[in-house]
Amino acid sequence: MTGTIPAGTPAPGGVNDEVSSAPGGLVKDVVALDRVVIRLAGDSGDGMQLTGNRFTSETASFGNDLSTLPNFPAEIRAPTGTLPGVSSFQLHFADHDIMTPGDAPDVLVVMNPAALKANLVDLPGGGLLIADSDEFTPRNLAKVGYATNPLEDGSLEGWQLVAVPLTSMTTDALSGSGLGKKEAERSKNMFTLGLLSWMYHRPTEGTVRFLERQFRKKPEIAAANIAAFRAGFNYGETTEAFAVSYEIKPAPMAPGRYRNISGNQALSYGLVAAGQRSGLPVFLGAYPITPASDILHELSKHKSFGVRTFQAEDEIAGIGAALGASFGGALGITTTSGPGVALKAETIGLAVMTELPLVIVDVQRGGPSTGLPTKTEQSDLLQAMFGRNGEAPVPVVAPRSPGDCFDAAIEAARIALTYRTPVILLSDGYLANGAEPWAIPDVDSLPDLRVEFTTEPNGSAEDGTEGQFLPYLRDPETLARPWAVPGTAGLQHRIGGLEKADKTGNISYDAANHDFMVRTRQAKIDGIAASLPATEVDDPNGDARVAVIGWGSTYGPIGAACRRIRRSGRSIAQVHLRHLNPLPADLGEILARYDRVVCPEMNLGQMAMLLRAKYLIDVESHTQVRGLPFRAAELAAVLQDVIDAGAAPAGAATTGGHA
Amino acid sequence: MTTLPDPLLSHPDPTAGHVHDLGMPAADPIAAAVAAGGDKQTALKAKDFKTDQEVRWCPGCGDYVILNAVQSFLPSLGIAREDMVIVSGIGCSSRFPYYMNTYGMHSIHGRAPAIATGLAASRPDLSVWVVTGDGDALSIGGNHLIHTLRRNVNLTILLFNNRIYGLTKGQYSPTSEIGKVTKSTPMGSLDHPFNPISLALGADATFVGRAMDSDRKGLTEVLRQAAEHQGTSLVEIYQNCNIFNDGAFDLLKDPATGAQWSIPLVHGQPLVFGPDGGACVVRDEFGGLRIAETNQVDAAQIVVHDAHREDPSYAFALSRLSHQDLRYTPMGVFRSVQKPVYERMMADQLEDARAEQPADLGALLSGNDNWVVA
Ligand SMILES: Cc1ncc(C[n+]2csc(CCOP(=O)(O)OP(=O)(O)O)c2C)c(N)n1
Ligand code: SF4
Ligand SMILES: [Mg+2]
Repeated sequence: MTGTIPAGTPAPGGVNDEVSSAPGGLVKDVVALDRVVIRLAGDSGDGMQLTGNRFTSETASFGNDLSTLPNFPAEIRAPTGTLPGVSSFQLHFADHDIMTPGDAPDVLVVMNPAALKANLVDLPGGGLLIADSDEFTPRNLAKVGYATNPLEDGSLEGWQLVAVPLTSMTTDALSGSGLGKKEAERSKNMFTLGLLSWMYHRPTEGTVRFLERQFRKKPEIAAANIAAFRAGFNYGETTEAFAVSYEIKPAPMAPGRYRNISGNQALSYGLVAAGQRSGLPVFLGAYPITPASDILHELSKHKSFGVRTFQAEDEIAGIGAALGASFGGALGITTTSGPGVALKAETIGLAVMTELPLVIVDVQRGGPSTGLPTKTEQSDLLQAMFGRNGEAPVPVVAPRSPGDCFDAAIEAARIALTYRTPVILLSDGYLANGAEPWAIPDVDSLPDLRVEFTTEPNGSAEDGTEGQFLPYLRDPETLARPWAVPGTAGLQHRIGGLEKADKTGNISYDAANHDFMVRTRQAKIDGIAASLPATEVDDPNGDARVAVIGWGSTYGPIGAACRRIRRSGRSIAQVHLRHLNPLPADLGEILARYDRVVCPEMNLGQMAMLLRAKYLIDVESHTQVRGLPFRAAELAAVLQDVIDAGAAPAGAATTGGHA
Repeated sequence: MTTLPDPLLSHPDPTAGHVHDLGMPAADPIAAAVAAGGDKQTALKAKDFKTDQEVRWCPGCGDYVILNAVQSFLPSLGIAREDMVIVSGIGCSSRFPYYMNTYGMHSIHGRAPAIATGLAASRPDLSVWVVTGDGDALSIGGNHLIHTLRRNVNLTILLFNNRIYGLTKGQYSPTSEIGKVTKSTPMGSLDHPFNPISLALGADATFVGRAMDSDRKGLTEVLRQAAEHQGTSLVEIYQNCNIFNDGAFDLLKDPATGAQWSIPLVHGQPLVFGPDGGACVVRDEFGGLRIAETNQVDAAQIVVHDAHREDPSYAFALSRLSHQDLRYTPMGVFRSVQKPVYERMMADQLEDARAEQPADLGALLSGNDNWVVA
């Protein structure tokens, strides 16, 4: 059933507006589209993530708005050609501003039968399906239970199938390269990238430069990959299998300089920037864990910024070392995922007690226990809020998009440094690995995070002796305690996990003092709300009766869902939280304005529970824990039902999910 | 109430006063704070290291003796009080920092080596010490201890070994002898104990020593060498817990038996011990060491102690001479060798990175692939 896409086949939002003539004398149509969602799927060893990232970079530099969703198995190399080994990368790009990686692909590229089997369910009928026919061998088909070859048995009639021998065309193109067949085959992902680059008019220089850089030490491999990439591009131009190519115009964006950035990269840069803007050395103590390891990798590259990275023996040592560095005057940071936060709990409590700045990054993944290491979830919220012994309040900040991880990291550092407290930065797997265009900020416009270390005695002892240093004498405004670093003469003091006497910091078992100190530590964290800007409410019509409230990475899907709802003529207000603890001071009053409030989360309703408890508002929880972000269309349908049901909450407060 | 400066509005003037050389750029706020703190006093007396806090160990506890020994010998090191930081875990022994007029952190159970590692790695200008107990260092914190030792962070670790859990009122510890009857082991403990010296040498520790709480001279000598050592030094201090494990070290302390069962380690001296030097250490046929009667062997067979041997197997063999009941216990410095120090290597990498490419935040954020929207 190998087909040729006839010129002028309508594509979503497309208009046939131009005709181009390829070198082979072929006349090919160019169709303009406003947006496309492509999914590349193959074996873990096929290089789909690399291909996806390169296509993303090309797309970013072309000026489209974009959003990506990498999806890969926890196993590094599951057996070749099997369903558990399938890895995919979805990219949504458009000539306008978009908020999600797309609910479903318009185009699916599959490198083997397993990739087809795992992904076909998501490709809507009529969608374009490109398959590497070389890999549809009886053996590979049998591995995933295909009795007959779906490329030939008519079962794919409902889609626009183009079967292309990608592997053999790659090896043919590299026949003169001196590489063996196995080695040459490895470049088939670059051949595929070349073909897609032709199809979507992507610039190619960036990829050529990238391959040269990547394989600097192996020029023959660089040359082979570049040759395969070009061969794929030329194949697109000359083949009759593809009669059309597509053009997606750049998206209008605010003037400025842009780059493509992933969440983990942006978060790392935010931490480097926080070090630069505070003037403090950055110390990262970390133990590798998916999906946070890339932050350790990235920060390890930035030693020239005074960033020290310490790969500890475990998560406890990672945070311990970071806290020790903070005691010495550094910006201490530890990065991990949910299981690591569990191990760090006791040390976070020590940081609460010693009132030292510390940033704890939790890149959430599916839980509980080892859970779904490579999938996304928002189920560590309550762990971040309460996962410690005693009354141990910790500020919690959550980024809402990959690029926003940069600002959220700086904000977490600001709170940690200003209030002398550990702060939890709650990212997630989707933000960590997803990417989007990012307006590169002007360094001078970044917040000033300079701190003042105490260098002189600040009080007198109980017996009246002057010239004493009181390590727990607080700033009246922020309630922060002074930070005096070892090495400062005359300010020697001892801190620790035992309860402190007010002001002197000496050990105290006094009942009234304990009550006072517990309340003071809480008041210090609650007081952070005074430094937060007013909460933004997005309600363009101004007459919404229903509000949707989210936090973290659901920003994109919720925003996209709200747009759909507004396009249908309905009104909805969107509130998105960056500060989860303390909550903004104006939030209760804002939520009280609406007849109904819905809170979609990738957990079983953790934020909804906090909001209900704090504001006594009947927040309706909509949940999903599939390891993937919400689909905008599904979310829109849920919200629309709430709007159309009218003002009165309809029965149960929980919708969706299998809570 | 004194109003503290708003940390967001003001910032230290890095050029104010004289900048103490910490090997960091002058603009470093830490260096500026240290400089602003004023002159460093190094001509100190033992009492200068005492605090106003009431010492709360049980009367007669060996911890007092160790505290006094440390406070008495510290002035000889010439370290300013503000440049010394003592980090401890949890246990009776870990209360130590409260009684020392230095910077200190009484942290959480077992984690002191990790916390001290972060501090020492980011502040090579400080003298960082760890005080820990046998439970703290070898049970809950065993992992951190061995990793700290293998990294060779510049720390001096004092392990107060009373062979019991003191603070939790007397359970057996990882150094308690087999069959120890305690509250948690009414029929005797089953676990084979750690020999902390063997464990440290197994982790390739560059400095390992052992001393007795009551032996002021011997303890001071080991502490002095440990403090001067560049890299991690581990000093096991036998400490009497007179409440839960009284007399645990009497075999070695008692003048009647002490000479017979302890083997003093002096670098460059033959390993001869016992009343009238009647016993000695010789090599055994498997490459290890054994005890012999001095008059039964050639003088040339007697091992001359060499604490500087690169290969830790000699020091390890020494550590294996002792029995669980403390017979044949070597006391002194087992091993003292030079190896690159962790924080120095870390600082070198930072310098190398700076030399290769100076820090430029704007360039970092812009990256290689970017584009302009007009
Ligand atoms: C996480 C944790 N677990 C258990 C304890 C209880 N605890 C405190 S000290 C200690 C053992 C101390 O023994 P050791 O280190 O030998 O110190 P010593 O009191 O003998 O000096 C234990 C189990 C604790 N404080 N924290
Ligand atoms: S319990 Fe033992 S170790 Fe603890 S203070 Fe008392 S005597 Fe010392
Ligand atoms: Mg003990």
